[in-house]
Amino acid sequence: MATTTVRPRRIGEGRRFLSAPALVYLIVLTQVPFALTIYYSFTNWNLLRPGSAGFLGLGSMFRNYQRILGNPDFWQILGNTLVLTGSVVVITFAVGMAFALLLNRPFPGRTLARTLLISPFLMMPVASAVVWKYLLLDPAFGLSAWVSRTLGIQSVYLVELAPLASIIGIVSWQWTPFVMLILLAGLQSLPEDVVEAARLDGAGPLGLFRYVTLPHLRRFIEIALLLEIIFVLNVFGQIFVITSGGPGIQTTNLPYQIFLEAFSRWNIGRASAYGIFAIVLANLAVVFFLQVVRRSRQEGAR
Amino acid sequence: MTRKRLGTLAWSVGTLVVAFAMFFPILWMALTSLKTENDAIAFPPKWFFTPTFENWRVAVFGGPVLEFMGNTVWITVASTLLALALGFPAAYAMAYYRTKRTDGSMLWMMSTRMLPPAGVIVPLFVIFRDLSLLDTHLGLILLFAGMNLPLVVWMVTGFMEDVPFALIEAARLDGASLWQEFTRVLLPLLVPGLAATALLALIFTWNEFFFAVNLTTREASPLSVYVSTFKAAQGDLFVAKMSAAATAAVVPVLVAGWLAQRQLVTGLTMGAVK
Repeated sequence: MATTTVRPRRIGEGRRFLSAPALVYLIVLTQVPFALTIYYSFTNWNLLRPGSAGFLGLGSMFRNYQRILGNPDFWQILGNTLVLTGSVVVITFAVGMAFALLLNRPFPGRTLARTLLISPFLMMPVASAVVWKYLLLDPAFGLSAWVSRTLGIQSVYLVELAPLASIIGIVSWQWTPFVMLILLAGLQSLPEDVVEAARLDGAGPLGLFRYVTLPHLRRFIEIALLLEIIFVLNVFGQIFVITSGGPGIQTTNLPYQIFLEAFSRWNIGRASAYGIFAIVLANLAVVFFLQVVRRSRQEGAR
Repeated sequence: MTRKRLGTLAWSVGTLVVAFAMFFPILWMALTSLKTENDAIAFPPKWFFTPTFENWRVAVFGGPVLEFMGNTVWITVASTLLALALGFPAAYAMAYYRTKRTDGSMLWMMSTRMLPPAGVIVPLFVIFRDLSLLDTHLGLILLFAGMNLPLVVWMVTGFMEDVPFALIEAARLDGASLWQEFTRVLLPLLVPGLAATALLALIFTWNEFFFAVNLTTREASPLSVYVSTFKAAQGDLFVAKMSAAATAAVVPVLVAGWLAQRQLVTGLTMGAVK
């Protein structure tokens, strides 16, 4: 990148506008719907009531938002979204780190182990939902029934007993390989001589991990965390297939609630207002995350 | 020496056992797809059985799976190609014609990828309805191309920055046009990078469900929408056929991912941690 300035500027100066089509495409595709979401959220438009597409009026333009904030269900849905995302992040980082450490040394069968371990991430989420729901967790003939009978305990239907925890487990199964892959890439980029030097200085395995490996992994941890949070906030397929957001609203997260408002109640105005909350939440997550990163950077620099 | 070897062996066995456990749900799905419906719901579960291809014959090759898979393939390939066609020139501009706005544009592009799909689904539905794009391949192709475009620009820009600029200058001295720079100089060098980019776009698009289920009903629905309709309510005698269809739905991406594990990391981190 440092060589950019010496590159001949006179050849095809207009070529810098080759990025225009892509930029225009993305502006149209994202900013138009975004602006419309804001506008719709100030209307009482319901597709089941023809002619209802009206602006709510300046005095009551925030009615959809007031209804949502005044609805106790909203706070549980928000809580579900945060608990789901937070739990998946914690679980996948703990397990993913363990897997990455397991793979970070040569042994016979390492390629096979890595291949098997990344597979859940490649699974279509709705397909893994179907497999977990009907083949593994089914209380009558699923594997969980067999396991509980072998252990001599009563067979239970986990999805019914602990719906949100089941979703968390299944989503974590899917996302652990993602964290593992990125952390493994980080571990493998750790120079051997640095590890060797720390060993010579008398660092034990734990000290090595805490003072050499973890600081080196910081950038990898940050990127994995950011991407995972963004994707897991949007989890939908597993909830759609396994619980339909229920029982009650126990497993309804924001995306699923928006889906219900929009496509079963056809309440465009309300669904759009929920959409704004989803957008704000994603932005808060990113901003909060960047703050944490910056602060830990500054502390590290001190 | 022997002790060290023993340690490695234990490590190997332990890791493989863990890996096998993680993989087990997928293996179980594939095994169930080869059982008779009766074997599939047998209790205790049958670990050894005579395999049958009946489910594959009936549910995959005789059922609607191929039709939905055709939709998925068409939507995935077309949207990936469109994203590459838009993203390649953009990456060229970003990599070789940097201005003070380049970094800002790149970051803005990435930020569009962070927009929650649920946050914009309502207006997208209305726009699709008004433009008669609901339940069409074209609608999903245009949408998914945009979904993958930031990734394509980001990754391909990174790969292009690794290409020595002297190669391009040499081509220019020989009087190469822009098109020739693309096809004769850059494309051959970028094949591995473009493959990694396309692979990741393919995985995201193939597995996408949220937009697909809300913007299609039947004609243009991809496989993910079909798989989501599986219900045990259709009778317990459905489990094996369901497994066959689900296995068929995930095998292409699974194999592609296995073959390109290294590129997967580059793609997943958007090259941010090269």
